[in-house]
Amino acid sequence: MARIEISGVRHSYLRAPQSDEDYALRRIDHVWETGGAYALLGPSGCGKTSLLNIMSGLVRPTEGRILFDGRDVTDLPTERRNIAQVFQFPVIYDTMTVAENLAFPLRNRGVRDAEVGRRVDEMLAILGLADRGRQRARGLSAEDKQKISLGRGLIRSDVNAILFDEPLTVIDPLMKWELRTQLRQLHQRLGHTMVYVTHDQTEALTFADQVVVMHEGMIVQVGTPADLFERPQHTFVGYFIGSPGMNVLPVRADGDGLSAGGVRLDPSPLSLSTEGRLEAGVRPEHVRLGREGAPARLLRVDDLGRRRIARLDLSGVMLLAALPEGSEIPSDPCVTFEPGMVHLYRDSWRVSGERLP
Amino acid sequence: MKPVNQKAWLLVAPVLALVAFSAVIPLMTVVNYSVQDTFGANQFFWAGTVWYEQVLASERFWNALGRNLVFSFIILLIEIPLGVFIALNMPKKGPGVAACLVLMALPLLIPWNVVGTIWQVFGRVDIGLLGSSLALAGVDYNYVQDPVDAWVTLIVMDVWHWTSLVALLAYAGLVSIPDAFYQAARIDGASGWAVFRFVQAPKMARVLTIAVLLRFMDSFMIYTEPFVVTGGGPGNSTTFLSIDLVQMAVGQFDLGPAAAMSIIYFLIILLFSWVFYAVMTRHDDEGAKGGQS
Amino acid sequence: MLELQDVSFRNGGEVHIHPTSLSLSPGEINVLLGPTGSGKTSLMRLMAGLDRPASGRLLFRGADVTGVPVRRRNVAMVYQQFINYPTWTVRRNIASPLQVRGVSRDEIDEAVARAARLLGLTHLLDRLPTQLSGGQQQRVALARAIVRKADLVLLDEPLANLDYKLREELREELPALFRDAGSVVVYATTEPAEALLLGGRTATLSEGRITQFGPTLEVYRTPASLSSAHTFSDPPLNVLAVRNEGGRPFPDNEIPEIACRLGLTPAGRTTLAFRPHHLRRGEGSQDAHRFEVEVVSSEIMGSESYIHVALGPVRWVMLVEGVYAPAPGERLQVSLDARSAMFFSEAGLALSGAKAE
Repeated sequence: MARIEISGVRHSYLRAPQSDEDYALRRIDHVWETGGAYALLGPSGCGKTSLLNIMSGLVRPTEGRILFDGRDVTDLPTERRNIAQVFQFPVIYDTMTVAENLAFPLRNRGVRDAEVGRRVDEMLAILGLADRGRQRARGLSAEDKQKISLGRGLIRSDVNAILFDEPLTVIDPLMKWELRTQLRQLHQRLGHTMVYVTHDQTEALTFADQVVVMHEGMIVQVGTPADLFERPQHTFVGYFIGSPGMNVLPVRADGDGLSAGGVRLDPSPLSLSTEGRLEAGVRPEHVRLGREGAPARLLRVDDLGRRRIARLDLSGVMLLAALPEGSEIPSDPCVTFEPGMVHLYRDSWRVSGERLP
Repeated sequence: MKPVNQKAWLLVAPVLALVAFSAVIPLMTVVNYSVQDTFGANQFFWAGTVWYEQVLASERFWNALGRNLVFSFIILLIEIPLGVFIALNMPKKGPGVAACLVLMALPLLIPWNVVGTIWQVFGRVDIGLLGSSLALAGVDYNYVQDPVDAWVTLIVMDVWHWTSLVALLAYAGLVSIPDAFYQAARIDGASGWAVFRFVQAPKMARVLTIAVLLRFMDSFMIYTEPFVVTGGGPGNSTTFLSIDLVQMAVGQFDLGPAAAMSIIYFLIILLFSWVFYAVMTRHDDEGAKGGQS
Repeated sequence: MLELQDVSFRNGGEVHIHPTSLSLSPGEINVLLGPTGSGKTSLMRLMAGLDRPASGRLLFRGADVTGVPVRRRNVAMVYQQFINYPTWTVRRNIASPLQVRGVSRDEIDEAVARAARLLGLTHLLDRLPTQLSGGQQQRVALARAIVRKADLVLLDEPLANLDYKLREELREELPALFRDAGSVVVYATTEPAEALLLGGRTATLSEGRITQFGPTLEVYRTPASLSSAHTFSDPPLNVLAVRNEGGRPFPDNEIPEIACRLGLTPAGRTTLAFRPHHLRRGEGSQDAHRFEVEVVSSEIMGSESYIHVALGPVRWVMLVEGVYAPAPGERLQVSLDARSAMFFSEAGLALSGAKAE
């Protein structure tokens, strides 16, 4: 296992990149600590797969270095980096049995037969496939195949990190739960460094201790699931995490302080300079509907089973509010925001209270 | 619903008629000849299985069949590995792909009789480029007189003509393998041979079965090449079943034995095709099981 | 109005669809919800006329259309894969079904402009599909389905290959898109959350049978069978086998009696089922079912947390608002409100009073 350091990495698929737009990765500096469970979250095209491939050595970055425990591996090929990877679609060796599949990476590295047998048995038990060892791997279900792909990584004693590239894409929702929970338990038990790439916030947040959110070739925030939800550093994080995403409202400054959509932001940081584009972010979960506050027009209510989503017109701005199952929504509601849960953004980046001038 | 169905039958009718004329009726005629004897003047007598017994007892038939099998075996032994080897070394992307594909397809586009003529001239010791240069180099090469040289010429011809078909089929199998498989194999530390053995070969197996089937049937029915180049000689060294058949039917006008022989010939091909078909569908079954569970 | 009367489908001796009767009306989305292989696609193929049913009849607006091939019906289909004509511009792609029909130029232009506006494609009309993102490509396919004003629109997991956030947005737009077209719209999905977002009516499917059909929320709240409840639950449904003999209910399992105090349950052997968010911390009200469970692991989603718990050999998931991560091994006192408990007979059918709310 190793600490993986990504230092000043930029990458472009063009031969002669000119501007920032030509870079799939604009500049990445990040450290994956030993034994951490990380998620790399972002929409398609944000550069997350490029970053993963750079770590595994399938792609060489245009600029910057990759260090494993301080050792520069930028020029090392995949097979010498001791990385394991689980792909979107299960990769199994059709002609082999389940046990042979698991033994393959060991045999390639010349591990002795007795040792191979011992470790394969151990891994079959860990994956819950003990009774399937002699079965042909091609006949298995998608989730079992994915387990084998993972097992081929876990079985090696020399693995620095295990990378997952949207591994649950082809798995049914209910099986996703099962596999995700197993994955998490495997991490707790075996303690490998794991990096899980996905566009699905549920997968990212439930799997990882630390989530790395990427947007347009940059890392916009690294934090725990709670951090990302409660203190999004960028409006993109607010939008991308949470379902529905955070409301972003234009902020008006007048003599008395700041307001968004007619709702006074309290306590107003009066000394805040009003340069740049100021916006307020408030999660639908933190919008209160009642008899007091700024009046709003109720446009629509969607009942989603365990939650109700109200769509409101708040002084010309669209606002979403999420309320628990069965809660009453007044027909002409007034809006307030939960204290301490409104964030201020200048040019999309969060302005934290402590750093105000 | 019903009128739609009948319309469909109408559409198929011309094809059925064509197949009847081109395959079924001639085949029945041949079956007819094979159990009859004639003394000319369109007078036929029932002969039973006499011709079949005669053919099966003749050394000439077994020799020709032996030649056919040896020829097909050698052809497959060379063309399949060579085709796979070429496919493995063809570029997977980039501008080279199109050029490679066209180059590979060229020999396939040349009509068979032309191929025969090309090689017949090419190999001639007096005026052929190959023949004369070999002669100059001091190699004693003459396909008209030496049976080994004749065989070598026929095999080289067939390999030159058809290896690219195998290569193209194998290539089609190769490009359908997702990148993730290669990446996973690299991560698992697989050697080049292991990648071939466990990733590429299994994925190519299906198309290769088809390639083997096509090449076997085609080489087993070989006619034009020996007919144009060697005419079955020297001696009987390149007299394959088809050549023998034509000599018997057209040259000697022994319709009965020729018909019996062609029926046997037909059955042999049918048998091999069936074996291949069985092997291939067994593959399919396994694949289907894998996909379902 | 599309009506299926005892329609069944077999292929090679295997039953894909058991005799099914279903009546679908225009104006709202009809969702087919079920895991992979439950028969969603088979059923759609029957509706479209791509396959001929083994038995039963299909009626469209009262007329028998059984066996009428797809090209003589006015059916539009959108698939999971983005299918567009790669060499045609977006404009021509959208216009193609009308051009085939020989509609006048002006009418085509108007229809294309309207569909493009609805789906936000106006600025992309002159591009080629390959120059678009996945989400945009799928919008083009949807626009094509809209312009042809089909009698029947079949959407087979159209959003499955899209990013999570994009899916969320398109899902919200979809019901409105087809609302006024007068088409019967059928939408297949594996995800319960998707069915809830789309609203309309939902049919739950399991192993080639429709287990329930009705307004989406009703199916969600009052499942007619255990199978339907399982299908319509993400996170997975929690269940407990219960026995009530002589008015004293106890779990039908190796669970220490002290860990489980059940409230009112029907007599005999039944299955108690409930949704993860209905399991609450604490004692609950007087008539609540109470359990002492052991924490297995927890997953934090930011706004909410999933706690995996064990009650003897039984595994449950608990969904709690906010950030909450008890340590594995910790014992928790939890309760289930009597109104949220659902009971099913041994045959898996809902028992009266089995309601979610």
